[in-house]
Amino acid sequence: MESGQLLIILATAIASATPLVFACIGETITERAGVINLSAEGTIMLCAMVGFVAAKTADNVWLGFLAAAIVGALIALVVAYGAITLKQSQIAIGFVLALLCSDLSAYLGNPYVRIPGPTVPPRFAIPLLQDIPFIGPLFFHEGDVLVYAGYALVGVTWLYFYRTRGGLTLRAIGEQPAAAFARGHNVIALRYAYTVIGGVLMGIAGAAFSLDFKAGWSYRHTAGYGWIALAIVIFGGWNPLRAALGAYLFGVLQSLAGVAQSAIPDVPTQAFTVAPFVLMILALVLTSSDWLDRLLSYLPVNVRRSLARAIHTAPPAALGRPFEQD
Amino acid sequence: MEGTAAPQTMNPPAPIAGLPPTVYRIGAFVISLILVALVIFISGASPATVIGRMVGGAFGTADQIGRVIATLSPLLLCAAGLVYTFNAGLYNLGVEGQITFGAIAATWTLRLLYPEGATASLLPPPAAIALAILVGGVGGIAWGLLAGALHVYGRISEIFAGLGLNFAATGIAIYLIFGPWKRPGVASLSGTQPFDESLWLGTFGRTEATPVALALGLMALIITIGVMRNTYFGLRLRAVGRNLRAAYVLGVPARRQLLSAFLICGLFAGVAGALQVVGVFHRLIPNISSNLGFLGLLVVMLVNFDPLWILPVAFFFSALNIGSLQLPLSLGLESSLSGVIQGLLVLFALLGRGLAQKYGRKPEG
Amino acid sequence: MNVELRHIHKHFGSVHANDDVSLTVAAGTIHGLLGENGAGKSTLVKILSGFITRDSGEIVLGGQPAHIQSPADALRYGIGMLHQDPLDFPPLTVIENFMAGSPATPALLNARAAERNFRALCRQFHFDLDPHARVSDLTVGERQQLEIVRLLANGAGTLILDEPTTGISATQKTLLFNALRQLAQEGKSIIFVSHKLEDVEALCDCVTVMRRGRVVGELNLRPYRANGQDAHGPTDQHFEVTARIVEMMFGKELALPVKPTTHQDDVILRLDGLLLRSDRLEMRIEHLAVRRGEVIGIAGLEGSGQQLFLLTCAGLEHPAAGSIHVDGRDLTRKPYSAFLKAGVCYLPADRLRDGLISGLSIQEHVALRMSNKGLFIDRAAAAQEAERAIATFNIRGRPDTAVEQLSGGNQQRTQLALMPSPLNVLLMEHPTRGLDIESTLWVWQQLIARCNQGTAILFASSDLDEIVQYSDRVIVFSGGRISPPIAAAELTADSLGQMIGGRF
Repeated sequence: MESGQLLIILATAIASATPLVFACIGETITERAGVINLSAEGTIMLCAMVGFVAAKTADNVWLGFLAAAIVGALIALVVAYGAITLKQSQIAIGFVLALLCSDLSAYLGNPYVRIPGPTVPPRFAIPLLQDIPFIGPLFFHEGDVLVYAGYALVGVTWLYFYRTRGGLTLRAIGEQPAAAFARGHNVIALRYAYTVIGGVLMGIAGAAFSLDFKAGWSYRHTAGYGWIALAIVIFGGWNPLRAALGAYLFGVLQSLAGVAQSAIPDVPTQAFTVAPFVLMILALVLTSSDWLDRLLSYLPVNVRRSLARAIHTAPPAALGRPFEQD
Repeated sequence: MEGTAAPQTMNPPAPIAGLPPTVYRIGAFVISLILVALVIFISGASPATVIGRMVGGAFGTADQIGRVIATLSPLLLCAAGLVYTFNAGLYNLGVEGQITFGAIAATWTLRLLYPEGATASLLPPPAAIALAILVGGVGGIAWGLLAGALHVYGRISEIFAGLGLNFAATGIAIYLIFGPWKRPGVASLSGTQPFDESLWLGTFGRTEATPVALALGLMALIITIGVMRNTYFGLRLRAVGRNLRAAYVLGVPARRQLLSAFLICGLFAGVAGALQVVGVFHRLIPNISSNLGFLGLLVVMLVNFDPLWILPVAFFFSALNIGSLQLPLSLGLESSLSGVIQGLLVLFALLGRGLAQKYGRKPEG
Repeated sequence: MNVELRHIHKHFGSVHANDDVSLTVAAGTIHGLLGENGAGKSTLVKILSGFITRDSGEIVLGGQPAHIQSPADALRYGIGMLHQDPLDFPPLTVIENFMAGSPATPALLNARAAERNFRALCRQFHFDLDPHARVSDLTVGERQQLEIVRLLANGAGTLILDEPTTGISATQKTLLFNALRQLAQEGKSIIFVSHKLEDVEALCDCVTVMRRGRVVGELNLRPYRANGQDAHGPTDQHFEVTARIVEMMFGKELALPVKPTTHQDDVILRLDGLLLRSDRLEMRIEHLAVRRGEVIGIAGLEGSGQQLFLLTCAGLEHPAAGSIHVDGRDLTRKPYSAFLKAGVCYLPADRLRDGLISGLSIQEHVALRMSNKGLFIDRAAAAQEAERAIATFNIRGRPDTAVEQLSGGNQQRTQLALMPSPLNVLLMEHPTRGLDIESTLWVWQQLIARCNQGTAILFASSDLDEIVQYSDRVIVFSGGRISPPIAAAELTADSLGQMIGGRF
């Protein structure tokens, strides 16, 4: 295979990971605030449906995104109310919503299955940036508005996390809500806000599937992507850059699976479509367990420490636990 | 109440506060019913018609009742298994994979005993079926213990370990269906070559319901009720689930208890998977679990982990599943309405529980 | 700024945690607040710092009444609190912690400016902190230094320190004390909450002692310190202060031993060269042999390592070095189950967290204890046993009452009722905390009956009367040191107070 051809495949793969990037950044923000929104699978699917239907009805792609964002926010509000205010299990609420919203999308979206609808305007290359060798063709050639918005989102989120006061507070309330409270922050209101923001981004992710990267709507249109987004967030160590990297990597794995399949015809296609999911989970298992630490413990101290920091990441300390103020 | 942090002392004395706890639960239940009606209404149908068709679709003919029972049997097995993990404080989302792997193990057994075309073997068909169910159970145990080991020894959230193993099990099933076990001629999503009819589990008359599956499901449930109510094992499980540390201090071997929960749930789910193979599909298909594991999770959440109520709820959920199959044919609606109803009921049961805990009048003294 | 608390009342359920407490801290002084755990000093300072809202009473700052309902309010009045476990964000870096929640932090972080400010403050107090280190890699002492610097940068004029000297090194303590003295000289008010006499004596200008929710005494330490400060080694005056404070904390006279002789000759628990280590403490016991039927009281201010010691004896923690023998068997580094099998039982102080299981009834707890007998729960036996326990231990509840619905005292009775039999070694924290006098007497009758059957008891208590009344021998924990055992009959209020203060 020519290298130019490979570059195009990779560029397309990176672009096609955009919805996952939105979802992963959204979930990363929510989880950093200490709330797990396990409903991702259902949220993305329902919002894909809502986005498509709204865009089709209004004949306007962007209204579709708006509708999807609103629905994503509403689902996140239910999670927030159940988890933060009523202090019920975040896992239970999120899981039920994941199933409920998937089924709701199938039920309500039934009349819209496999019909043409509006899509995001065509792809364009970014002048100047596309001329950077290797990077240009890979990142700035095959994208459309959403792809570039995805890059911007990752950058902005990173800047927000690590370069602003608000981001510092966000990280703080997920680690030690009691300490954040002691410093005068309204932990509950902030957790609500970040859960909803995460929901909005997941909603946009859903619409990005149905209006762009997997244009149209069909039964279980985005099946699996919500669960994988949750896994990528862990894989990404709750860092927006690493989470985005995970999402792009997943996109590349998926398209490589397609390539490999044509190269190794003996192995069935479908096995390759599941492979990235399995690989991602495997990576997760490796990075989040302490087996790695045991392996690393054979290395010299200073190497170990920096390596461990690079590979091994800890979740926000208060993740999944309601904040009891007393 | 001024300044940035003032709302921190929230929980305003809500106008709905102070009623007896049951009021909140019933209220939440009523809201879920209203939402169901609303969803049906949005889809352009009349709720009464839809409900009528669903009841007819579930109980109209013997065949339909048979299908309800065919769905109920594996659901009972999964729900019974999940009672153990839930009571141990675990969210075993890996139950789907445990079903799938059980189905794979059962298919493997039958294919080994009866290679394609073979009509005679070491074991007569009934014994082969029994062995397949048994091996299916072992397969489920393997998959369950894998998740358990990842959780207990690798300290990985059982949720993600389970989800990952679900993907892995589906991947293996698909690989087998399209690879080594592919149908002569063309491989397809419709699964492996169906087994010879002699290897099918016997049914009630000409329906899809099989007495063996129903018996196994009911047995699992009865055993589970007995274990949770009457045995030290069940008591220890609840102790571990509610307070791992205190249970350990009181002398409960916590790790062993957690692994046992995974083992039993895996066993039941694996048997359910095997039954899907020998009793329902008669072959291995990619979605062999039919999402029964997730449905089982919903059932057990709705009954708040108490096995006594599983039978009626599981029966109702099965009837919903089968009844909704009529919708596409008669009303042009999607059958996933059953899932919507189930999801709304469970969601609002959880919210109602939360409301009752938060605002409900506390018993005096 | 003068800080005044006037007639503060606070109830937690039926507990009167602060009962008409008044306290005045003059600007430019370091004011010690002494008292055992549960004396109400923590509640008081948390009210001042906005973490707890008072039931009634007044807070007056610099002569003006202050409205403090939340930590944010307290911050606005310049009140900063340093918690015993520093309330910071371990995975974040030092400089991020410094910036988090500071009103001076701009919306777009300016790490360089913050770092300049941070370094300047650190220099002022001779703290050596790396702004880019992660807080999780810091020692407790360094985290305190960070918190102090952060609170000062946020304009704190009143500084509350809750048990700041627990778990920090001697050098860090010196640094801390110097910094606090420097701050007092600048006119800031400092409230130093502690139960360590030596620290209070070394640092404070004035000390207020609390007991059972009330202020029981105040002492101006300046006149004592004026002469003694530079002297090396303890002076007579020093002893006098200690004696007076201990008297305030524990009362004038000790009760007389009431326990009959129950100990037998054979050793049931033997500890040799035991080294205990946690992230805060390191302690060593060269040798301790406890005989059957003997009761060892463990005295000492709370948090001096008693819990770690008991957990180690129970097999729930492993010693860093040394050996543990129970009934002649070597149990060193053996799993907890081996300790249980050897007849060791541990009753924790935090009952609902470590000892009992919320949601399970008394009868189910009883059944759980019987759970190695057969497969099926013997309901009749469990019910009978639960009824018996309820009757004998006078528990106010029914067999099917969930344990979280019991009062604290009844939970403790339930724990006692759940003790297995026979028992070789019983380890307890605060066996009678929350019980009235009558029940206390009765509980000890039961425990002494156990001793007669050959059980050795080791118990930690903050009630010195209880220790002297019911122990055969007493060991004292103080600041990471453990005294040799002393016969209870030989103890006086004064000698015990001296030992708790660290003099042995």
